[in-house]
Amino acid sequence: MDFELIAESLPRLAEGIDETLLLAGSSLVIGFVLAVPIALLNLSNNGTVRTLSSGYVYIFRSTPLLVQIFLIYYGSGQFRAELQAVGLWFLFRESWFCAILALTLNTAAYTSQIIRGGLQSVPWGQIEAARSIGMPGFMAFRRLIFPIAIRQALPAYGNEIILMVKSTSLASTITILEITAIAKKIISATYQPVEVFLIAGAIYLSLNFIVTRAIMLVEFWLTPHLRVDRRIPPVVRRTPAPVPAP
Amino acid sequence: MVAVMTRIGVAAAVAVAGLWAAGAQADTIRIATEGAYKPYNFKDAAGNLVGFEIDLAAELCTRMEAECEIVEQAWDGIIPSLIAKKYDAIMAGMSIKASREEVISFSRYYVNTPITFAVLSDSALVGTESAMEAITLGEVSAEEQAVIDAMKGVLNGLTVGVQTSTTHEAFMTEFMPEIDLKSYDTMDNMILDLEAGRIDAGYTSMTYLRPILEQGDDIAVIGPKMTGGPLGRGVAVGLRQEDTELRDRFNAAIDTMIADGTLSAMATEWFGTDISPTE
Repeated sequence: MDFELIAESLPRLAEGIDETLLLAGSSLVIGFVLAVPIALLNLSNNGTVRTLSSGYVYIFRSTPLLVQIFLIYYGSGQFRAELQAVGLWFLFRESWFCAILALTLNTAAYTSQIIRGGLQSVPWGQIEAARSIGMPGFMAFRRLIFPIAIRQALPAYGNEIILMVKSTSLASTITILEITAIAKKIISATYQPVEVFLIAGAIYLSLNFIVTRAIMLVEFWLTPHLRVDRRIPPVVRRTPAPVPAP
Repeated sequence: MVAVMTRIGVAAAVAVAGLWAAGAQADTIRIATEGAYKPYNFKDAAGNLVGFEIDLAAELCTRMEAECEIVEQAWDGIIPSLIAKKYDAIMAGMSIKASREEVISFSRYYVNTPITFAVLSDSALVGTESAMEAITLGEVSAEEQAVIDAMKGVLNGLTVGVQTSTTHEAFMTEFMPEIDLKSYDTMDNMILDLEAGRIDAGYTSMTYLRPILEQGDDIAVIGPKMTGGPLGRGVAVGLRQEDTELRDRFNAAIDTMIADGTLSAMATEWFGTDISPTE
């Protein structure tokens, strides 16, 4: 084990954290915004709409993310003239755009299914209760269905966040200098993969440790009704008052 | 019963010993190649590994009277896997280079190829004048440095692509650190991005570019042709440092191929020009 190399590569690898968090953060936010309507379309009564949204989910969940990244990056390169004609090439030219696009489309598909599960888990009785006091449909959705659905979906969505942080490493294949790409660069100069990948792994581990803690905190906030006061009340011992001496 | 058991035991022991002896006798050299570096090593339409180094490996193994097995290995792990004994030799267009010699050893070189810049034919860079046709980077003279600086001026503000972990990448970081660099997993992906316009130039070997230049006219070559220094001292077989005997065998076999002209013929066949050493 080369400890000098570990000490040298740690700061260099840490430089990639920004890029990793930027990729994961922006694709998770945009992906979530896309996922809510997709989940709702998935539950729609309109057959065409349902087929379209479940088709999208099916395609993005059933193909490897690496393939999606390659298709979007190198695929868009083949259609440069067409993309230039519609004025979109300046975006597809950038590797970060292609990476965020692929990650976003991928996480939107997964997240929509997590949200759909949450929405379907809202007890019918509670929706009925909202309707019975005259709440309009959207208000019931905003005040009751959506918050409960999110609470139900949170543990699964936490998994998705962790998966996304790790998935950003695939962006290294399209020339993005995030943690894994920097690790590969250091290895190419030192030929010592074990030390460098150990540090890279430790960085992902620490990032995801923070993510897990944050999710636990949000879960705690959202479930006050499940909190039980588990402190054992102290035993109150009655000691007989000393009998005053006569 | 005991006798039967003993007999089975002896038979098994003999069988195992026989297998073990056979394994020890068979001299199998496992040679790793990348399979994505035309014309050194690549895949034909049917997915078979072909190329200059595949032919060369077969010929060298015949001359060394050894059984050889070609193993496919991604470029960025090719040296660590050699050290981890996943195979015994590397023949993947790998140049002899000081930083590599710290961890592995090399046979004598079998070809040496100049490196240069590739651009799209409709690029404004086409027609860039270079005061020198070729540069050797070992000890850079003032005149050569001027040519490199001129090239740097031409590329200023542009993006250059290289394959990751290559001598080409080493040259760019050492001689042109100011130029924006993009590193690709394979040269083919770099050329794809050059054609897509994501990079303005690719820095790669003439031998890799030759078939591309011959096929179509959408790519052109600019600037001086460079060898030596960070670009290495020719392409050779990569070996573990302790395997000195295997290195001697490779060296002897390469020497005989140079002496009887087969290496020269093979290089001409694959590269279109004789880039093999004369002695």
